[in-house]
Amino acid sequence: MEQYISLAVKAIFVENMALAFFLGMCTFLAISKKVQTSLGLGIAVIVVLAITTPVNNLIYNLLLREGALAWAGYPEVDLSFLGYISYIGVIAAMVQILEMFLDKYVPVLYNSLGVFLPLITVNCAIMGAALFMVERDYTFGESVVYGVSAGIGWALAITALAGIREKLKYSDVPEGLRGLGITFITVGLMSLGFMSFSGVSL
Amino acid sequence: MSQAKEVLSNPVFKNNPIGLQVLGVCSALAVTSNLNTAMVMTMAVIAVTAFSNLFVSIIRNQIPSSVRIICQMTIIASLVIVVDQILKAFAYDVSKQLSVFVGLIITNCIVMGRAEAFAMKNPPGISFMDGIGNGLGYGVVLVFVGFLRELFGAGKLFGYEVLPLVNDGGWYLANGMMLLPPSAFFIIGMFIWLVRTFYKDQVEAPEFELAKNSKKEAV
Repeated sequence: MEQYISLAVKAIFVENMALAFFLGMCTFLAISKKVQTSLGLGIAVIVVLAITTPVNNLIYNLLLREGALAWAGYPEVDLSFLGYISYIGVIAAMVQILEMFLDKYVPVLYNSLGVFLPLITVNCAIMGAALFMVERDYTFGESVVYGVSAGIGWALAITALAGIREKLKYSDVPEGLRGLGITFITVGLMSLGFMSFSGVSL
Repeated sequence: MSQAKEVLSNPVFKNNPIGLQVLGVCSALAVTSNLNTAMVMTMAVIAVTAFSNLFVSIIRNQIPSSVRIICQMTIIASLVIVVDQILKAFAYDVSKQLSVFVGLIITNCIVMGRAEAFAMKNPPGISFMDGIGNGLGYGVVLVFVGFLRELFGAGKLFGYEVLPLVNDGGWYLANGMMLLPPSAFFIIGMFIWLVRTFYKDQVEAPEFELAKNSKKEAV
């Protein structure tokens, strides 16, 4: 249990997806103008990460890794080079299924997340979580915790940035820096702040 | 022929994928702490963008539009696997340093964006050029950031000492922050400022016009 809590804290704060690894930056910068929308996107990311990371973990451990196909009678087959294409396939399919499921059974949630769901397929944070999960050799339980908390960390970061940007629009920014430029510098400062968490030893 | 030249040179400064369209920023920040990885990453991205544009463009008339995203994704993912295998075979150290970021080229919005926006509408030759151009535009930012970060952070370029460090009896005191992730944000922010100073039309309109100072000579 303790190991899961420390993994969660590490994934949310110390190794924050957005601010320490810069994953999911494109959407992070593009959709952070209003707190409301970025909160919606953040929740969508949490949901998708919580589903895809464990699924990819199963695919890697049961089908792709070296010796994983022993149950089918091919103990020496190593399919790990097919990793990328399977993970992205899983992510795209999951997002599609989730979209259809929500549309049918939870229309309220679908309407609030609707626009963002397709965008999430190309969010590097989702793919990044799958790749980190493989690189660090997480077990199934760890991958569930990691997926959820990486999503929470990302949602936290984008909501915080949206809060700053809502205030920032009233300030007088030099011409060339307006919009994108100042956002980059703001994110830099935030990331500098989040680095102080790296001193936390677990 | 002039169209090819335009397609090739436009994305580098005028319509830079990172500076103007905010595409593919993730990897731009993570792999730029030294020039070596930045260069390798640039080449990988140029190769993937160019060939994915070429292949998507070749089959653009056969793809049903309802499943086009997944078709493009498959092409891109296969190309990235090829690049990854080549890197692992010929430049193992660099591929270790790049770790997950080679895989993340798949979700790099530049590749996807160009396939969707350009290759789906244009013939193969020009799409290939467009891919190289956008890869170069991405590379310019990457190499620029990598150059500054390695030079001021470690006093080196490509691992060779340029500014002798104080620790080794030289005169340059290394700026440790340059090696940390946040500096990449600052440098790209400044880069955007620089580009927009020259290309005024890229300046974003303010959402909010500040009222003129009502008192004269307010101090």
